[in-house]
Amino acid sequence: MKAAVIVFPGSNCDRDLAEGFRKAGADVNMVWHKDTDLPEGIDIVGVPGGFSFGDYLRCGAIAARSPISQAVVAFAQKGGHVLGICNGFQVLCETGLLPGVLMRNAGLKFVCRQQVLRVETQQSPFTQEFAQGAEITIPIAHHDGNYSVADEEMKQLQDQDRIAFRYIDNPNGSMGDIAGVLSENRRVLGMMPHPERAVEDPQGGTDGAKLFASLTRIMTLA
Amino acid sequence: MTEPELTDGLIAAHGLSPDEYQRILDIIGRSPTFTELGIFSAMWNEHCSYKSSKKWLRILPTDGPQVICGPGENAGVVDIGDGQAVVFKMESHNHPSYIEPYQGAATGVGGILRDVFTMGARPIAAMNALSFGSPDHPKTKSLVSGVVAGVGGYGNCFGVPTVGGEVRFHPAYNGNCLVNAFAAGLADADKIFYSAASGVGMPVVYLGAKTGRDGVGGATMASAEFDDTIEDKRPTVQVGDPFTEKRLMEACQELMRTGAVISIQDMGAAGLTCSAVEMGDKGNLGVKLNLDDVPVREENMTAYEMMLSESQERMLMVLDPAKEDAAKAVFEKWDLDFAIVGETIAEDRFLIEHNGKVMADLPLKALSGNAPEYDRPWVETPAAEPLEDLPQVDGIDALKALLSSPNYARKQWVWEQYDSQVMADTLVAPGSGAGIVRVHGTTKALAFTSDVTPRYVKANPVEGGKQAVAEAYRNLTAVGAKPLATTDNLNFGNPEKPEIMGQFVGAIKGIGAAVAALDMPIVSGNVSLYNETDGTGILPTPTIGAVGLIDDIDHIISGTVRDGHLAILVGDTTGHLGQSALLAEVFNREDGDAPAVDLDTEKRNGDFIRAERDWIDVCTDISDGGLAMAAFEMAYAGGVGVCLDDDTTAFAFGEDQGRYLIGCSFDKAEALMIAAGNAGVTLSTVGKFTGDTVRIGRSEAPLADLSHLFETSFEAALA
Repeated sequence: MKAAVIVFPGSNCDRDLAEGFRKAGADVNMVWHKDTDLPEGIDIVGVPGGFSFGDYLRCGAIAARSPISQAVVAFAQKGGHVLGICNGFQVLCETGLLPGVLMRNAGLKFVCRQQVLRVETQQSPFTQEFAQGAEITIPIAHHDGNYSVADEEMKQLQDQDRIAFRYIDNPNGSMGDIAGVLSENRRVLGMMPHPERAVEDPQGGTDGAKLFASLTRIMTLA
Repeated sequence: MTEPELTDGLIAAHGLSPDEYQRILDIIGRSPTFTELGIFSAMWNEHCSYKSSKKWLRILPTDGPQVICGPGENAGVVDIGDGQAVVFKMESHNHPSYIEPYQGAATGVGGILRDVFTMGARPIAAMNALSFGSPDHPKTKSLVSGVVAGVGGYGNCFGVPTVGGEVRFHPAYNGNCLVNAFAAGLADADKIFYSAASGVGMPVVYLGAKTGRDGVGGATMASAEFDDTIEDKRPTVQVGDPFTEKRLMEACQELMRTGAVISIQDMGAAGLTCSAVEMGDKGNLGVKLNLDDVPVREENMTAYEMMLSESQERMLMVLDPAKEDAAKAVFEKWDLDFAIVGETIAEDRFLIEHNGKVMADLPLKALSGNAPEYDRPWVETPAAEPLEDLPQVDGIDALKALLSSPNYARKQWVWEQYDSQVMADTLVAPGSGAGIVRVHGTTKALAFTSDVTPRYVKANPVEGGKQAVAEAYRNLTAVGAKPLATTDNLNFGNPEKPEIMGQFVGAIKGIGAAVAALDMPIVSGNVSLYNETDGTGILPTPTIGAVGLIDDIDHIISGTVRDGHLAILVGDTTGHLGQSALLAEVFNREDGDAPAVDLDTEKRNGDFIRAERDWIDVCTDISDGGLAMAAFEMAYAGGVGVCLDDDTTAFAFGEDQGRYLIGCSFDKAEALMIAAGNAGVTLSTVGKFTGDTVRIGRSEAPLADLSHLFETSFEAALA
């Protein structure tokens, strides 16, 4: 598996995400936001967490307009796999690759904790290693994770089984307890929790490793 | 633009005493210009010159085989083996945080992070020690929410995990909160960057964000007491931009790899003035600056304003001219300013030009070397009266009182606002003793703690100073770490009062004795004096930040108790209740002496814990609230009840030092007893972890009820 991790000014989980991919056996290229093209032969693009452009204007809004973001959109439109975590999820929503927006947490505070999620679908390249309905623990750390989406789009997400994860004990007011959603072709995942922070025992859990393992399996079969 | 005439009032407003002004006249042989007055004021205020504290700071032990760089640089540097070093420091941002809590706290975090990455280290951990006034004081809630949001807002965006700290409340901080920010970074031991300039005619380069009018005179403000004009001081508080700081850090890391940096210094207190003077002073060189080349974000800034601005996220460096292009390219990549604003010169001269005019022309050495130094009169703190007898209290009632106090309730409301996991190396997050961060890519880890018990220091500065170090030592020991070194953040009242100066001197003596005995030298620190409002001082608060090394993460003591574990007390108990948490929270009294610290016992008991760490499943140090509080916290973490046999108030709640509580199985307990006998360490079984109730003697309560109190009291009082 060959992964590209995008680095925006203000990204701060880029290294963590790269290591999440590497531990699952991937080769990783770090790609600077001013680049206009992704490296050749990329299987998956990771858009990391952090505070791209300081969260100024609106979380993810400026990053979505960086030169590399057009290349990421084109890659996804051609059927490429894209994983956006935390700020990366916000960026993907801003590019239009995923529906909805991430608003300020209902409690108005930044929240960092170990969070229990339920795996809502196994039917995706990101989640097939999880058991359907499994409860997993993945850390969250965000100020703007309150997912909101138009009624029509929510219906589509549900009808098309595109809700990847829901929170147990909603930490941020997110609509439908949604923690992560898939694109229509199921190859783009955006999620607020940080699976790359739960890939080794010393970190306090390894539930996140299964997400990367799912990807490795798909890419190896492909 | 013409500069104002110097009047007595203007000189006084710069915080310079008539004697100090006379000293300026003697040094330069003429009246200073307005800009020069500002420069002297910036260099000679308490915050930058340490003029009241220097004499005493010199007695602190700062050496050891592990120390690569002690106090005097931006941060201390300590060897952690395998060619790597930990770089750390703690610094206060008290006055700004009281005036403008969010920005004051945020820029406190920003400043300490810059101190660390200026030296070539990548920040890997942060902590914050916060002291606020009484929870029911009208200002406290807004200060707490602003400061916590500011700490989180800056650190989270920058991307450093906040893994520890303290939050305390006491009416003595009603008019003057304390915000002490700690940061630690990791660097290659042979790639540390220092501030001493070298070479004549070398370009002096300005890096980072542009200069504005924010923070002009901030360091001088921070060196004065507060009164009712405090609101007028808001413009002296800087405004932070963690996004720029993050870029500046990444750019500095890349810049340092180019080999272009001869020396580098961050612009903190007193901005351009202090950074340029320090680089010149340490390198025995002069510095010439042309302010026309300083990147500014406001129009018509004067030389005075540029020299005194405390705009954030800025650095000054001396550049190897052969590498200019490579260096510049790094800053262009990160969209940051890179401007050559001057050069090093051979003469002892600090020459400032602006718009073709000389605005300041001063002997550079005199600005730092000739700064005033005072031997302030001090009186020893009188010995405390012995504690009068206390009535016996019901153990569970007393425990409930502690758990209901925001001082001892669980503070997840605070730490959940901090990203404690970013960088994916956090092994132990806030909430239990020391925070632990793995040394990236290795099987080693670093443990971090910050400690002080201001009640003790007030009653007995020497023992209180020792105790702060001893508690830090124990917190590191309790996770299996070897304490390496210490940073001290000394917060006191007005040093011109002999009794306050006496607290300061006593605390330094205690800290010095403890760091010597426990082999954890002071490698960096900060002094914050004049923490007074309308003449009333804070509790003396010498915060100790300490770092320990864990040679293998498999040896961390981080388990939780299980049903059937024995509760084993390490150390001797006399039942010292003077200045205890019980006394303060249950009886609303603060009397008696602080507990005495026997440093030999501390060392022996600490060595024992480390030596036997593989036999110890769970361990915590015993501090505020004594055995009862420690046992409850262990029970809470493990979700198992506890039963303590002896319900004597002094035994359950006494705060004798040098003690730990261990939870372990019966078999391991036997092995520990034998080892303790051989090591001359006192060990006794004081109870058992079992069931779902907490029992102290004959009194008991469901663990779930106490846990609920523990988890909700902080938020109930402050949110």
